[in-house]
Amino acid sequence: MEKLLEVEKLSKVFSLGSLLSRVHITAVDNVSFYMKPAEIFTLAGESGCGKTTTARIILGFEESTSGTIIHSGKKEAKKEKVWFTEGIQAIFQDPFATFNPLRTVDRYFFETLQNYNLARDKQDAVDWIDQKLKLVGLSYQEFSGRYPSEFSGGQLQRVSIARALLTNPSLLIADEPVSMVDASLRMSIVNLFKKLREELGVSVLYITHDLATAYYVSDRIAIMFRGNIVEMGSVEQVLMNPRHPYTQLLRESIPEADPRRRWTTRITLAELEHEEYLRQGCKFAGRCPFVMEKCRIEVPEDIWVDDVLVKCHKYTPE
Amino acid sequence: MKDSILRTENLKAFYVLDMHGTQKVIKAVNEVDLEIWENEVYGIAGESGCGKTTLLKALFGAIEPPLRWIGGSVLYHINDTAVDITTLDAEQKRKLRMEFISYVPQGSMSVLNPVLRVRDAYQDFISSHVSGKTRQDAFELARQHIIELGLPRNILDAYPHQLSGGMRQRVTIALAALLKPRIIIADEPTTALDVVVQRGVVQLLMDIQQKLKNTIVLVTHDMGVHANIANRIGIMYAGKMVEEAPTEQIFGNPIHPYTRFLIDSLPRFGDKSPRSSAPGSPPSLADLPSGCAFHPRCPYVIASCVDQAPALVKLSTDHKVACWRAGEI
Repeated sequence: MEKLLEVEKLSKVFSLGSLLSRVHITAVDNVSFYMKPAEIFTLAGESGCGKTTTARIILGFEESTSGTIIHSGKKEAKKEKVWFTEGIQAIFQDPFATFNPLRTVDRYFFETLQNYNLARDKQDAVDWIDQKLKLVGLSYQEFSGRYPSEFSGGQLQRVSIARALLTNPSLLIADEPVSMVDASLRMSIVNLFKKLREELGVSVLYITHDLATAYYVSDRIAIMFRGNIVEMGSVEQVLMNPRHPYTQLLRESIPEADPRRRWTTRITLAELEHEEYLRQGCKFAGRCPFVMEKCRIEVPEDIWVDDVLVKCHKYTPE
Repeated sequence: MKDSILRTENLKAFYVLDMHGTQKVIKAVNEVDLEIWENEVYGIAGESGCGKTTLLKALFGAIEPPLRWIGGSVLYHINDTAVDITTLDAEQKRKLRMEFISYVPQGSMSVLNPVLRVRDAYQDFISSHVSGKTRQDAFELARQHIIELGLPRNILDAYPHQLSGGMRQRVTIALAALLKPRIIIADEPTTALDVVVQRGVVQLLMDIQQKLKNTIVLVTHDMGVHANIANRIGIMYAGKMVEEAPTEQIFGNPIHPYTRFLIDSLPRFGDKSPRSSAPGSPPSLADLPSGCAFHPRCPYVIASCVDQAPALVKLSTDHKVACWRAGEI
């Protein structure tokens, strides 16, 4: 099987506190996954689960503590910076924070083309930009010379997707791309990822806490909890038939847009998130309804159940 | 017949900005007629910039420049007498606040003073709204309130930064409910929270509502939250109410084309069929299209939509729609 991106045993440890009372928090803990060409893969989880840190390490914004990232079969891929960033581009949460409010947005486009040596002259560059903007439903005329504040949030997010497409990347890393976009326009952005995948064969690493759009758009999904991937497989399997107790809790907690299916049960919340990172054994043990003695002592292994990876002692064969 | 507790008549509140000599008028709340009943959860939905938050400010009587009162009234029904709060002065309004109506503003997880312990915030609050309580009494009241609502009792001794965002949000909601107000207005209380924590906040709001049998006016753009908690929902678009109906009706039988787009675009588990958003983007409130503000995006547009704005009219006993083509599309 051809793999576009492979993340192997990736870890990131942050040190907090002063010299004397130092606490080490493992934000990303031994995370491994891969992505195929033309695939939409979701990393989902609550804030502080390590999904954004994982993305930042892949993009090279952050150094990993250990682990490797293999892009298109190259192990030292990140050292060839131009080649690497040409293939992997990012889209961020807040489009208004992506662009400098005092610069017109087209300057970012021309600069990118210049940096990667993609256009011969001005006309060539304009044609190139227009082609990418058409892909996201905009055109060069309605975009040139305008400042970020002159666009609506949905439009500007499209602009930032067009910018990411300039280098013809094979992988887009989208970190919460729709959480700042209005509900009524959200689907148009999500549909855009589907369209890009179909028309250009681009893979998308979709990072989100919104499992409903993740279900709609992606092929495979990994659920992260406190730095670990606790469940990974096809969206149908993971979201329609969740196996890990944490995925079950997450899935149940999403308010369904259907007044006939209201919540009937009650939940208890974690009081101190900090403690869960430092917990020995399974990090979900403090809240898990199926907790056993060994959950508090031993870290569960990754176990394959019907093509789904589950990190839970419940599924350990006796 | 249900008793109404909060009513607006033809309410208009605009932001009037003076930019280099030219006036810019932003019609954030435009001719809104609302009737909210006792003992219900009334949800208000709409995209950002449609005037939801401004409407709440007007309902609470917190109108400060550049926001201005242009016309209409906001009536509170206090012990069978209707009081128009647009006529009250600041001191009279202050007396109604927290005891009759309280407000949980947007981003309220950051309203707590970072250098005060939660108990001091509570004490501050109690001493400014209830007279003749000693510090000990106030603390006792706060402690009991926290325990009744099922929050951990040690949070009173914590500083806000020691609590998670979700816990701070719940502390502020609990604070708003302390004096048993008849109406609680909550602006996006679940936004920016994780799903599990979000559910905890919804749970707390429902607990409070069931205990006090009061009214909650809830603004959020998350239709899933509305589906779970609201009895009736009002849909706002460009400063106006375009549809109002019981929750089941809004989800099961939406009439206004905008509401239909809103409901149809929601992704659902177990259903991967293509979903589409409303075409185009929301209008600027400073430069509204003529007639019905939705007409440039509406697939059912006819000539009268461009000329004249439709009024919110009753389609059945509890379903109101503002659309020229309601009933035929």
